[in-house]
Amino acid sequence: MPRVDIAKADVKAEAARLKARFEAQGAQAMEMDILLPAEVLLDLYGEDIRARAYVTHDPEQGEMMLRPDFTVPMVQAHMSDGAEPARYTYAGEVFRKQEDVPTRANEYIQVGFEVFDGSSPADADAEVFAAFAEALSDYDLRASTGDIGILMAAVRGLKTTERRRNALLRHIWRPRRFRALMTRFSARGTELRQQNLDRVKANLKEAEAPFIGLRTQTEIDTRIKALEEDAAEPPISDGEIALMNDILSLKETLPNVLSNLRDIAVDLPEISEAVSLLGRRTEALASRGVDVDHLDFEASYGRTSMEYYDGFVFGFYAEGRPDLPPVATGGRYDALTSVLGQGRSIPAVGGVIRPGLMLALNATGKGEA
Amino acid sequence: MIVKLGVPSKGRLMEKTFEWFAERGVILSRTGAEREYSGAVDGIDGVELVLLSASEIPRELAAGRIHLGVTGSDLVRDKLANWDSKVIELAPMGFGHADLIIAVPKAWVDVDTLDDLDAAAAAFRARHGFRLRIATKYHHLVREFLKANGVADYQLVDSQGATEGTVKNLTAEAVADITSTGDTLRANHLKVLSCDPIHRSQATLFKSRTAHWTDETRATLVTLKEMLGLGD
Repeated sequence: MPRVDIAKADVKAEAARLKARFEAQGAQAMEMDILLPAEVLLDLYGEDIRARAYVTHDPEQGEMMLRPDFTVPMVQAHMSDGAEPARYTYAGEVFRKQEDVPTRANEYIQVGFEVFDGSSPADADAEVFAAFAEALSDYDLRASTGDIGILMAAVRGLKTTERRRNALLRHIWRPRRFRALMTRFSARGTELRQQNLDRVKANLKEAEAPFIGLRTQTEIDTRIKALEEDAAEPPISDGEIALMNDILSLKETLPNVLSNLRDIAVDLPEISEAVSLLGRRTEALASRGVDVDHLDFEASYGRTSMEYYDGFVFGFYAEGRPDLPPVATGGRYDALTSVLGQGRSIPAVGGVIRPGLMLALNATGKGEA
Repeated sequence: MIVKLGVPSKGRLMEKTFEWFAERGVILSRTGAEREYSGAVDGIDGVELVLLSASEIPRELAAGRIHLGVTGSDLVRDKLANWDSKVIELAPMGFGHADLIIAVPKAWVDVDTLDDLDAAAAAFRARHGFRLRIATKYHHLVREFLKANGVADYQLVDSQGATEGTVKNLTAEAVADITSTGDTLRANHLKVLSCDPIHRSQATLFKSRTAHWTDETRATLVTLKEMLGLGD
């Protein structure tokens, strides 16, 4: 498929149209800086953000980043002077390095719609999804949905130590490491856990090395104690591991997934609340005219690309164009607001749409708009 | 048209490169005054020697300003995004061996693997309020490696030299650096993690995919590859 160059003026006009559409739905228009202090973004996203965002240096303010997304400045703006409930929309450039796929744009325009409303999370989720589905209804797109909250609830429900649950929760967004941890905490990992402890004990017998660096003896002792306790701890039961695997592999239409999850909840009652939220969201989506019977749901969706989404997640993809990034993505990010708010969490859900991709689809005849 | 061959301009890497080519009948030499960076090629026509800093050779290859170049495979991988779309490895040359590794204080008896490093980083961040710092100059390679292995809660801090000293100087908690014998690491009370190295580097002859090739330079390359014993 040839790459189509769309004039920036056309993309801006389309962006303005989308933004006006969201304003008509009650959103307040926002303007945000392009040059952002790097520190907050680095602290949130870690070293990975350097591979994705352009970092530059200001002699006074230190490291700065070209806006890689609107989420952080958006949440900060809301926290400093927003009243609740609030709905926002914005349009502007974001900048991303494209090391893996150099043909993709490294500067493009996003239009966002965000809802800060804690009164009914299910309804806010549905409102955002429906707003995007309607804005994109003229295009031949496939929607994918998921819910990181189900996975997190399942981990929190595991009958094992707090430490193991926290280790798994920390790696929800890194599926490979998550799976390795599951194995280590299962019956199959019993030997490995003992080996880890034995190795550390063997190190202890070696000649003492001088202490250098900031990491203290206390921190090392604490970890050794943790390894000892973990080696003595019984494994997570095969039954619970199997339930986790069942959840992780769920990929079906929304009503079928819901029915499967209700069955799983009989054995893992801790997910009941998250499952009933999914149920209420499904009803809310249906009442807003979304064809939920044919909506795809994948329990693992959004785990690799969307750290800090911790509930409902969605994306809209152009059918037959796997070369294109998603035309729109979004989700719930309560966890991010709680990190940025230092404990003060604001229920938040939203998403972004790429008008440039919509126009590119029109130009190649895939859309009918 | 001439085939431009970029070679490190000084030190052991230059000498070993000259030896490697000489053993195959291609005589590279420096000409002019001792400190002048100009060179000559004997034994084959149509090849020009360009003396460059080893760290600049990846960039020059990617830009197509040289057709061939000798440098460490670590530098090519670290400095060029999607390196294999820009250059081709013609021949590993069997010298300049060094491993890019991660090392931590030997006193960390609880850390030998990437698993351990990840767990230590999580606890470190919770206690100290910032991410565990790893000093390196190989930002790209180290970041990709740690990402692929799911290590979180770390940050890279830039260190262009004396990297092994950063832990003692409290500017980093761990290091990622090139080592061949490990002596410097041991002398600085550091130990190498037990996983495979991030990259096993050696001096390598690269061909640029972006340089302009004519029938003439292509013919020269065929002759050169025959002399160097490199099949197509």
